[in-house]
Amino acid sequence: MHYNIHNNMIKALDSFGKYLLLMYRVFARPERFRRYFVQYVREMFQLGFKSIAIVLLISVFIGAVITIQIKLNIESPWMPKWTVGYVTREILILEFSSSIMCLILAGKVGSNIASELGTMRVTQQIDALEIMGVNSASYLILPKIAALITVIPALVIFSFSAGVFGAYCVSWFTDTIVTSHLQLGMQYWFQEWYVWCAIIKSVFFAFIISSVSAYFGYTVEGGSIAVGKASTNAVVSCSALILFADLILTKILMG
Amino acid sequence: MIEVKGLYKSFEDKEVLKNIDATFEAGKTNLIIGQSGSGKTVLMKCIVGLLVPTAGELLYDGRNFLKMSKKERKLLRREMGMIFQSAALFDSMTVLENVMFPLRMFSDSSEKEMYRQALKCLDRVNLSDAGQKMPDEISGGMQKRVAIARAISLNPQYLFCDEPNSGLDPKTSLIIDRLIQDITKEYNITTIINTHDMNSVMAIGEQIIFVHEGTKGWEGTNKEIMKSNCQPLNDFVFASDLFKKVREVATEDIK
Repeated sequence: MHYNIHNNMIKALDSFGKYLLLMYRVFARPERFRRYFVQYVREMFQLGFKSIAIVLLISVFIGAVITIQIKLNIESPWMPKWTVGYVTREILILEFSSSIMCLILAGKVGSNIASELGTMRVTQQIDALEIMGVNSASYLILPKIAALITVIPALVIFSFSAGVFGAYCVSWFTDTIVTSHLQLGMQYWFQEWYVWCAIIKSVFFAFIISSVSAYFGYTVEGGSIAVGKASTNAVVSCSALILFADLILTKILMG
Repeated sequence: MIEVKGLYKSFEDKEVLKNIDATFEAGKTNLIIGQSGSGKTVLMKCIVGLLVPTAGELLYDGRNFLKMSKKERKLLRREMGMIFQSAALFDSMTVLENVMFPLRMFSDSSEKEMYRQALKCLDRVNLSDAGQKMPDEISGGMQKRVAIARAISLNPQYLFCDEPNSGLDPKTSLIIDRLIQDITKEYNITTIINTHDMNSVMAIGEQIIFVHEGTKGWEGTNKEIMKSNCQPLNDFVFASDLFKKVREVATEDIK
């Protein structure tokens, strides 16, 4: 038991060291900015724009469900009329659109990155880049990190807007809540800083998703089973790290 | 010319290559042959720099590869072309983009000139019509030819081929062999082919290194192989009944 814990700690430290060395290579000065920029635009489309639909879909429904749940479970004659709108807005900004949405994106985008790089590794495409003298780590990973750091904060804003739209849909199409009460809550004591907090958090989460998934994909050894395993490990690790980072960032930014 | 002097390579306690000395001349098709697990792929990976040898020297036209700075090594890599066992084409790019890739990364030519050079290379391997196809839309033999076109796009001084006939039918294998041999003569480049295809050995083996249990077991040409007294080489080359018969006929002819 003790031996196992010791072994796992050594393994984790070894992986962390390898991750840092990989990041050192990733952030080396790019040789051809133009080629990197082309890759960056391609990655923004592949990883970001292709995630818009799922982000909007989930956010609209969660926004609606949060409104209904708050109305049913929290509101009472003793509570002000703006409670439902206010709580819905705060949940959406502070946790759902920034953290939970990034957890969802860790599943979609993280597995995509890990499996893409893993497949490139096992089919020797990464070796081909190295033989040519291309810094494969930088060429393949840096545009992904830059693309996600650009796109995820925008997705967070989309997610928040879609969540608010979902909440309004509840007021428009059901008799759960009156639109004016919801609107009052949505506008009540609005803190701009909270939106910035969500954006700052999402930048950190974007870095975690892209770099950790890329590490798992880039260092694959073996065949298709290893690629599948790397993809799973990437999602699990990203999720755990996002939750941990969320705790620390929330304490730093809001505490 | 590439010279390998006293090369050793170990993985932890296991010594895979032991004191390999070899000279690979320009304008000749140099073959590395040997059984699976004999160390020929490790030798090839050491020569191209994908693995770092434990000891020894690697001279590229007198330039010691292992003592070069990172920058010098990067410049030397631009003089190398490699054809992988799996072709290792970038599957997100078209055939033409694959061939243009090294040019776009390292050449200062205009886009038009690069396009012209890529078309010339594709034409050299008889694939001028396949430029707009994706790698998964063409056959294995065509993929190998695209890999050759990509490898020669920067007019390399050194060409490395890791089992270029693997997975191909005998007729296509012969086409690939002849193509590699013609290109070697045409550009006067140093070509090293890692293979265990006996048809290739007999057809284009101008200089052959036989690797046996991590050591150089034999060295000679395809003609000399018939008269060899090296038992492990004979066991390897004349393992099939067909080649045994060929040897008998050749020996009788000599008598």
